[in-house]
Amino acid sequence: MEHPHAAEVAVQTVSYLRYIVLFPLLGVVFNLFLGPRYGRRVVNWVSPGMIFLSFCFAFAAFVQLPDGGALVDSVYPWIYSGALQVDMALRVDPLSGTMIMVITGVGFLIHVYSVGYMAHDEDVVRYFAYLNLFTTAMLLLVLGDNILLLFVGWEGVGLCSYLLIGFWYTDDEKASAGKKAFIVNRIGDAGFLLGLFLLFWSLGAHGVWTLSFSEIAAHASVLPVTTVTLICLLFFVGAAGKSAQIPLYVWLPDAMAGPTPVSALIHAATMVTAGIYLIARMHFLYSLSPTALAVVAVVGAVTALFAATIALVQTDIKKVLAYSTVSQLGYMFLGLGVGAYAAGVFHVMTHAFFKALLFLGAGSVIHGMSEEQDIRKMGGLKSKMPTTYGTFAIGCLAIAGFPFLSGFFSKDLILEHAFGSPHGSLLLWLIGTLGAGLTAFYMFRLFFVTFWGENRSDPEVAQRIHESPQVMTVPLVVLAILSLIGGYFTLPELLSPLYGHAHPHVSLLVKYLPTLLGLGGIGLAYRLYVQAPPFAPGRGGADRLSRQFSGLYQLLLNKYYVDEFYEAAIVRPLLAASEWLWKVWDTLVIDGLVNGTAQVIQANGSVLRFWQTGNVQTYALSFCCGAILILGYYLW
Amino acid sequence: MVSLIVFIPLLTAFFLLTLNKNAGELIRRTAFGASLLTFFISLGLFTGFDSETAAFQFVERYAWIREFRIEYSVGVDGISLFLVLLTTFLSPLVILSTWSSVKHRVREYLFFFLILETGMIGTFVAVDVFLFYVFWEVMLIPMYFLIGVWGGERRIYAALKFLLYTMVGSLLMLVAILYLASLHHTQYGTLTFDLLRLYTLEIPVNAQMWLFAAFALSFAIKVPLFPFHTWLPDAHVEAPTGGSVILAGVLLKMGTYGFLRFALPLFPDAAHAAAPLIMALSVVGIVYGALVALVQPDMKKLIAYSSVSHLGFVMLGLFAFNIQGVEGALYQMLGHGLSTGALFLLVGVVYERRHTRLISEYGGLWKQLPLFASVFLITMLSSIGLPGLNGFVGEFLILLGTFQANTLVGAVAVSGVVLGAVYMLRLYQRVVFGPLMQPENANLTDLSRRELAIFVPLIALMLLMGLYPKPFLSRMEKSVEATLARIHKEAAPSTHAMADLTRSRPVLSESVTSE
Repeated sequence: MEHPHAAEVAVQTVSYLRYIVLFPLLGVVFNLFLGPRYGRRVVNWVSPGMIFLSFCFAFAAFVQLPDGGALVDSVYPWIYSGALQVDMALRVDPLSGTMIMVITGVGFLIHVYSVGYMAHDEDVVRYFAYLNLFTTAMLLLVLGDNILLLFVGWEGVGLCSYLLIGFWYTDDEKASAGKKAFIVNRIGDAGFLLGLFLLFWSLGAHGVWTLSFSEIAAHASVLPVTTVTLICLLFFVGAAGKSAQIPLYVWLPDAMAGPTPVSALIHAATMVTAGIYLIARMHFLYSLSPTALAVVAVVGAVTALFAATIALVQTDIKKVLAYSTVSQLGYMFLGLGVGAYAAGVFHVMTHAFFKALLFLGAGSVIHGMSEEQDIRKMGGLKSKMPTTYGTFAIGCLAIAGFPFLSGFFSKDLILEHAFGSPHGSLLLWLIGTLGAGLTAFYMFRLFFVTFWGENRSDPEVAQRIHESPQVMTVPLVVLAILSLIGGYFTLPELLSPLYGHAHPHVSLLVKYLPTLLGLGGIGLAYRLYVQAPPFAPGRGGADRLSRQFSGLYQLLLNKYYVDEFYEAAIVRPLLAASEWLWKVWDTLVIDGLVNGTAQVIQANGSVLRFWQTGNVQTYALSFCCGAILILGYYLW
Repeated sequence: MVSLIVFIPLLTAFFLLTLNKNAGELIRRTAFGASLLTFFISLGLFTGFDSETAAFQFVERYAWIREFRIEYSVGVDGISLFLVLLTTFLSPLVILSTWSSVKHRVREYLFFFLILETGMIGTFVAVDVFLFYVFWEVMLIPMYFLIGVWGGERRIYAALKFLLYTMVGSLLMLVAILYLASLHHTQYGTLTFDLLRLYTLEIPVNAQMWLFAAFALSFAIKVPLFPFHTWLPDAHVEAPTGGSVILAGVLLKMGTYGFLRFALPLFPDAAHAAAPLIMALSVVGIVYGALVALVQPDMKKLIAYSSVSHLGFVMLGLFAFNIQGVEGALYQMLGHGLSTGALFLLVGVVYERRHTRLISEYGGLWKQLPLFASVFLITMLSSIGLPGLNGFVGEFLILLGTFQANTLVGAVAVSGVVLGAVYMLRLYQRVVFGPLMQPENANLTDLSRRELAIFVPLIALMLLMGLYPKPFLSRMEKSVEATLARIHKEAAPSTHAMADLTRSRPVLSESVTSE
């Protein structure tokens, strides 16, 4: 496939892009060194403030972006070793420009919200240090002008998720969730690194020594297709780790162990979108390999459906949202995999709006419910938390693909491409469409059970239910507005210099079936959870269903037992093997041989015993005498 | 200048013997001052270093034992420069740690320690092979005493094991060195131990094999390369904190340094022949060390096995025989010295407070020791190669180089990156996270000012090496190229194809024009 550039790319050299990354970093440094001294009140201003400054510079860059061109800020030479020459260089083009707007914009709202959410946590300084670092890493990831710099941010967000998921470290389970996130991500990173090595040496074999995106793009066509496919698949392993796709998605649902605003940050503005961004950034390689694209599309579609089925039965408000993220990321990969890069990135943006909204809304609910997360113990919050309720409703409608809300535009665009693009197929579309129906159903199940009906919480919890303070509700309102109108930002148009124009013409059925199924899902949720409320003593449509299909219900409730499978198939054998290597192989075999040899020698003469008097003076004395004798002999 | 750096510690060591052995504070201050002075002088090597040449710099040459043409000749090049600096940098920090870690026989401890410093620096700067051997042996004795006198319960066993293991290797090396000198006599009519002249020898391939084996065994034990590693966990566990720091930080690099300086360029044919075997052992060591580290109940033992894994990476880089691999290996030698040195110091911090190294005795330390936990966090991240810190640059270059030299080995080695995260994160979680389980830990005190003074320079350097590697890499480049040229038996480094490409490549050019 031809690279869609028409002519030369207009590149403008500037020197202010660095500040986009530097301000959040400054926030980190401030929090670490001065935060403890100045305390909560100052930190509450500085941390969001730094993100806001970063947002201003991001906005300036976005506005200054030459039409279809790019801005480059070359900061300093970083790693130079032989033919490998990597610079600390940042780049804003329509793709990274969009990303930095989303990251700093949504990130800023999450920081503001956190001020309210963490108001009672004693470790707020450490919290904001991590949060700032997270934003720094993500910005570096998208602004990096070369793959290695992208990888720095890539690992950086992995680290921050580790720190933030395990933020409440005294809880062993939470600390373990953080560790799991980091290790699963590292597995993906191994794939990323191998892809990078293969790409570097393959291009080098053609005399092109580079890791910079623009130069790779210019020379990618010299590579044989099988090599390109292999490179793309290796990078996709990395993307699947970071963006939680089968089989590496297992860390994301556990990642909700962190404070809720962190979940919003991970699920919406940062981290999980990194994998999508990687492929969108490297689209010129993927476009060369239909095989790699097909793998991306299939994994994405299957993940979208798979995660949606798990979300159907979960009862933890954050867990439902977590699986919905896995599912929505599947849609984005489906978009990328059928070559509709712009549609995939479009969904990244709209999803950032409504998923941040939903997670922050969930946080508001949890806040108001005295840390309760089980939706079976909620209900009837509609009247007690009106702002949360109203904004959450908009979020649910947006993710369900309700007409003219943001999710409707981006998801439909992906599904249209899944059907109509040269890389698409009926099956991919069908899986995606089915998933859309399920999405609407589980989101409105969550919505109705949480906000409608009778309140089912303990009396003393029920007494204290309250709407969150304005510092939390204002970000909700802003995000709700963005979720409402986000679909009208014509992102595919903006990205067309990168990805070209393509709009498949599909039949009306293909176009509207996902929406109809979505509306049907909402209706079914209404039927099952409002007209016949479950969780109340006795009956309820959903309860009956779960009893009728108890095998399937258990399978979904236990998330297909994938964690258990990994534990039995990988974790435990690895530990057992390590134990064996240490106790049998290292201690008995190798050391046994060594000590056996030594004993044989020692048995033949106990000369060494003479030397072991245990008296240091004797040792020191003999050592000095020997040294002096030797020196004296030669100097004589 | 080089001789000054080598001998200030030695002279100070003997000066200490003249002091009253009960004047602990004075003795400590004297030793610390001397090592700090040595460090500042050695900085002159860094600033005055000319990165445009592969030749030895700051050279000093005197005839020493005339009848055998043995010279006292020292100097540094891009390969030894940073190893000298690493030694002079770590030594004052270790001495600073003795204030709390060494309670008895302080004078003798510091006496041996300073002699050790001289031995280490001398080993790195010796250009005469015989001189190298002398320093190499000089190092052994003080280390033996540091473990054997100030060590833990099984110190005698560990010290003897360390000594015998290394002696066995080094005796063979001595024979090989003597053979080389006599070979020079046969070929050129004169004896010499001058490394640069020995480089020019035409050694028959058959002889190369035996000589390489003798050198390689000695160095492989020191590295330690799997399966010659079992002395290391014992030595580390029994050694006092300072001993462990120097052992891991500097002594292990003697082996990899020896390969790069002697075994590879002197015997290129043998090196090429042995490369598959050594790469295989290295990659086994990477995975094996990481897996065994995973299940260790003792912190020091865990770190010891992690060293086996990390040094496996270094060996891979060296035997990749390309510039990225070798520079990465050098970088990782420094990086490992910092991060593992810091890890042993951190274990020392809690050991002095609780007198146990068992991981299960800790847990939930963050609340009590936030500073300790933060330093530990950064050190751990440096050890697992997080970008932005020193470990990443080395690991990345090594893997990049290895991937080209042997794709399969490179691919397996990448799994070490994952496993490294597994055992370190597990260690960190069990020590620092979770609830505070042991009531004894509730009253621990956080890092003192003196302890902070130890860790701050270490962390600063980790960050610097991660964020701005250029001053380091650029000083290594010429010497590494020259060594590679010898390994590849090329005339001069400038004909090296890759180096040429480097120069012709435009930096940051925008050439995205497509039709």
